[in-house]
Amino acid sequence: MTITPVINASGVRVDLGGTPVLRGVDLRVMPGEFVTILGANGSGKSTLVRALVGLIPHRGTIELFGTPLDRFTDHRRIGYMAQRPEVFSGVPATVTEVVLSGALSRRPRFGWPTRADHVAAADLIERVGLARLARRPITHLSGGQQQRAHIARALVADPDLVVMDEPMAGIDAHSAEVFAGLLGELDERGTAIVMVAHELGPMAPLVDRAVHLESGLVEYEGPAHGPGSQDHDHAHDHAHSSEPAVTRPVPAEGPLGGLE
Amino acid sequence: MSALSYPFMQYALVAAIITGLSAPAVGTFIVQRRLALLGDGLGHVALTGVALGLLTGVAPLATAVIVAVAGAILIEVLRSVGRTSGDLALAMLFYGGIAGGVLLTNLAGESAATLNQYLFGSIITMSRADLAVVVVLGVVVVATTIALRPQFFAVCQDESQARVMGIPVRLYGTLIAVLAAVTITVAMRTVGLLLVSALMVVPVAASQQLTRSFRSTHLAAMAVGLFSAVSGLLFSYEIDTQPGPTIVVIALAVFVVAAVVRGILHARTRQEAVHG
Repeated sequence: MTITPVINASGVRVDLGGTPVLRGVDLRVMPGEFVTILGANGSGKSTLVRALVGLIPHRGTIELFGTPLDRFTDHRRIGYMAQRPEVFSGVPATVTEVVLSGALSRRPRFGWPTRADHVAAADLIERVGLARLARRPITHLSGGQQQRAHIARALVADPDLVVMDEPMAGIDAHSAEVFAGLLGELDERGTAIVMVAHELGPMAPLVDRAVHLESGLVEYEGPAHGPGSQDHDHAHDHAHSSEPAVTRPVPAEGPLGGLE
Repeated sequence: MSALSYPFMQYALVAAIITGLSAPAVGTFIVQRRLALLGDGLGHVALTGVALGLLTGVAPLATAVIVAVAGAILIEVLRSVGRTSGDLALAMLFYGGIAGGVLLTNLAGESAATLNQYLFGSIITMSRADLAVVVVLGVVVVATTIALRPQFFAVCQDESQARVMGIPVRLYGTLIAVLAAVTITVAMRTVGLLLVSALMVVPVAASQQLTRSFRSTHLAAMAVGLFSAVSGLLFSYEIDTQPGPTIVVIALAVFVVAAVVRGILHARTRQEAVHG
């Protein structure tokens, strides 16, 4: 019996404004795998994950849990966290309301959150250390706290695949540790994780595989320990917010070599 | 109250209750989407609908509903195509709607003064049939915003996230705009097309001075809208003014009071933090 990949993408191409951003990317993620997507600014990392969750049109094939993306309707199985989730809106919303809205992937068309959804939301808010702030408007929180609320929103429907676009960008060391703890739990439970990152920080030991993009192509694919572990030292620094100016060096050799 | 012994005042009161509840009910989502001026744009478009009714002899309420809903769908299409910014699309609706309205009214052989009752509200002109339409549409608007509040909230809060969660973002975005268009025609006789947007926005602004959650803002805005519409209507009868401006001035007064109370509460919290 073969195991169905969580993500099976091949030859993914995306043009944005007439410019090719992805030029034929293959990506396969198996259940329980933690894959990180690395690369310089403009290499197509965000575009890739946005295409994977169906936010931007693509050419090539993408299958989620064995179903072509355009026919995929089991939204509960996917938790997504955008690079900079929208926080500001014209009307206040509490942390609980924002986290609870993630449970709508169970009933996207109609229906109010159930008691079980409320319990799941309260549990996740507790796990990301925001219980004390649960009834505060989300705009009153710090950047790291908001990111923690957003990861809670992505997880509240108990997804089998979590896709995150630079969740660590600009967050404080404590939030980074909360993140690493939470992702460790997910990893143990067999949830597949795809995370775009500039730096792995405290996540490095959890990552199974790194995919390095360059100019819209997979430049390297293999164990993460090469490029990722060197960040471990300054994981406890204060908020490394801005993006590094230099491209991360690509390891000369890896088990899968320099794939095109 | 003696005013309520007149049937036209009874009709007007029912219409004011419905308007006061439905305008902020949909207005909360409009404000959350940062489209506070959408109501204004659609109000101008509805004016063309009214004029179309005057020109063809069809009830202006019916033509206004149809034209405003068409305008709402058009603006959502323009927004989703992305070629025109929401801002620019709204501006064009403003101008097209008001120019078309006055032009068609002139062609109908009426002066622009006829439009006055639609622009600022008029309580003595409502028929029983008008009232029935207002009640049915108003109840539909309020019920829909409450039934779909979680989904609408998600769409207005974070569109990308909502799309990944499988929420029909385009459908519900359009539905919110359509509900706004319907609300505008519901409010046409009470507040008038030029000021209806104020009743969608000001109660929301007032209630969020004192609320922290989306749910409480939604409900408090409906309470503020109800209070402003009913008290404004009765007051306008007493002092012989048009109901629309009276209702909006009261809503603005509620906003000012709420903002002052918020200021006092904040100052007190800060003082307690210093001394306590």
